[in-house]
Amino acid sequence: MTAGINAPGRARIPVRSLRTDRWWLPPLITNLGLATFVIYATVRSFMGEWYWVDDYHYLTPFYSPCISESCVPGSAHFGEWIGELPGWIPMGFLALPFLLGFRLTCYYYRKAYYRSVWQSPTACAVAEPHAKYSGETRFPLILQNVHRYFFYVAGIVAVINTYDAIVAFHSPDGGFGMGLGNVILLINVIMLWAYTLSCHSCRHIAGGRLKHFSAHPVRYKLWTFVSKLNVRHMQLAWITLGTLMLTDLYVMLVASGAISDLRFV
Amino acid sequence: MGYKAQFRVWRGDDESGELRDYVIEVNEGEVVLDIIHRLQATQAPDLAVRWNCKAGKCGSCSAEINGKPRLMCMTRMSTFTEDEVITVTPMRTFPVVRDLVTDVSFNYTKAREVQSFTPPPDLKPGEYRMQQVDVERSQEFRKCIECFLCQNTCHVIRDHEENKEAFSGPRFLMRVAELEMHPLDTADRRDAAQDEHGLGYCNITKCCTEVCPEHIKITDNALIPMKERVAGRRYDPVVWLGNKLFRRSSKKS
Ligand code: SF4
Ligand code: SF4
Ligand code: FES
Repeated sequence: MTAGINAPGRARIPVRSLRTDRWWLPPLITNLGLATFVIYATVRSFMGEWYWVDDYHYLTPFYSPCISESCVPGSAHFGEWIGELPGWIPMGFLALPFLLGFRLTCYYYRKAYYRSVWQSPTACAVAEPHAKYSGETRFPLILQNVHRYFFYVAGIVAVINTYDAIVAFHSPDGGFGMGLGNVILLINVIMLWAYTLSCHSCRHIAGGRLKHFSAHPVRYKLWTFVSKLNVRHMQLAWITLGTLMLTDLYVMLVASGAISDLRFV
Repeated sequence: MGYKAQFRVWRGDDESGELRDYVIEVNEGEVVLDIIHRLQATQAPDLAVRWNCKAGKCGSCSAEINGKPRLMCMTRMSTFTEDEVITVTPMRTFPVVRDLVTDVSFNYTKAREVQSFTPPPDLKPGEYRMQQVDVERSQEFRKCIECFLCQNTCHVIRDHEENKEAFSGPRFLMRVAELEMHPLDTADRRDAAQDEHGLGYCNITKCCTEVCPEHIKITDNALIPMKERVAGRRYDPVVWLGNKLFRRSSKKS
C-alpha cells in the first residue's frame, strides 16, 4: 500500500487499516450523491427545452440568467445580449461555470471529493492508495485559493435567482398568482442563500480576518451570524443539490405538460 | 457482571512485532486502559504502555483501538459487544519504541519550529490587557491536551513519511492560527504557515477534527481560517491592489 504506514521504525502491521466499522460506506454514498447531481445537471443543462413556464413565469435555476436569442420568449429576464447559441452551449452558460467553480472550490465539497473520488484519504486512519502526495501546495490544486472570487459571483447569481423567484408570482392573465411552483422556487432560493452565506470564505470576509473583534462590533455580529450558518455548511451543500434538482424537475414537468401546477391564487 | 473479552494487542519493537491474542476479564464500568493494565498485571508483565491521568487530560495513552485513533482511558468497554475482538495497537504514524509506546518526538521538534508569542516590545508582562471577544478564538485551541492523535491520523504524514519534513501537522498549524488570531501577537505568521509549516499540504479532509478528544474544531476554526488568511496575503490580487493603492497594512485590523 503506501510507504507511510510501512515506513521503517513504525509498528509492523501489514494491513491498510484495522478499522472494523464500514468505513467505505460514507465515501461510496458521497460518490453516488455527487454522480447523481452531475449526471442530472449535465443532461438538463444541454437539453435546451422545458426550462420556462410561460403561464406562471417559472424559470429553472439551471437556465438563469438566460441571455441569448435562443431563450424562449419571456425567459430572458435581463434581455437578449447575444444571438442564437449553437446547441452544444447550455443556455445558462453565463452563470453555470461560476456556480460549478464555487462548488468545486468549496471547502466542504473539497473534503467530500478528496475523500470519495480521489480517496485521499478514503476514510480516517485508512491508508490512501497514492504513493505521492503534495496536497494543495502546487498547480492545479493551489488554485483552490481563489474560492472567494467564486463566492462573490455566486452571491450575484443568488440575487438573480431571487429576482427570478419574485417575478414568478404571476398568473396567466398578467396579475399576481401563486402556485406550488412558487413555494418550490422560494425554498430553493432561501437554501441557496443559506449555502452561499455559510461559505468559509464568507466567514473570513465577514469578520474572520480581523484580529480585534472588540474594535469592530458590527463585523463581529456578522461573523457570529455566518459562523452559526457555517456549522451547517455540509448539510446545506447537500440540501441545495437536492433543491436545485427538485426545482428544475418540477419546472421541467410543468413546462412539458407532464403535470399541471397546483395553483393557490 | 464481568465477562471474558478477546483482545489482540500489538507486541514488538521497531524491528518486528505481531498482534497477540489474549482473553482478559472485564468488569462493569471499565475502559480499555483498565483492561490493558489487567493484562499487564496478570499475563504480560513486560507489556509497555504509557499513561498518566486516566482522566483524558494528560494525552499520554493515545493508541489505536479497532483501527481508530483514540485515548485508551476514554474508550469505554461498554461501546463494544461481549463477543467482539478488540484490537489495540500503537499509533501508526510515529516510530514505535516497544509494544504500545511510540516515540512522539516529531511533535516536539515541530512545536519548537513555531515562532513563540510575540507581544508588542514596549509591553511588559503584567501589562497585558485584552478583551474576551478578542481571545475567544485562540482559547478554543488552548483546550488541546497534546495527545497527538490528530497528528497521528493526518494522512499527509501518516501515509507519506517523506512529508514529515515539510509539514507541521494539524496540532502545530493550529498553534500558528492561535497566535495569528491572538490580540497581542504582533508577528505576521501567514507566510510561515505556508512556507515553513506546510499549510498547503492539508486538504481539509477533517480527520484531525474527527479524532480530537477535546472536540476542537481544528479544521473549521483553525486550518480553514488560516488558509483564508494566507489566500488574502498571497493569492488575492484585489487585496494586493488595495494594499498598494491605499498603503493599507492589513495587520492593523
Ligand atoms: S484536515 Fe488537514 S491537517 Fe487535518 S487531518 Fe486532514 S489533511 Fe491533516
Ligand atoms: S488538537 Fe486535539 S487531537 Fe490534536 S493533540 Fe490537541 S487534543 Fe489531541
Ligand atoms: S491517561 Fe491521561 S489521557 Fe489517557
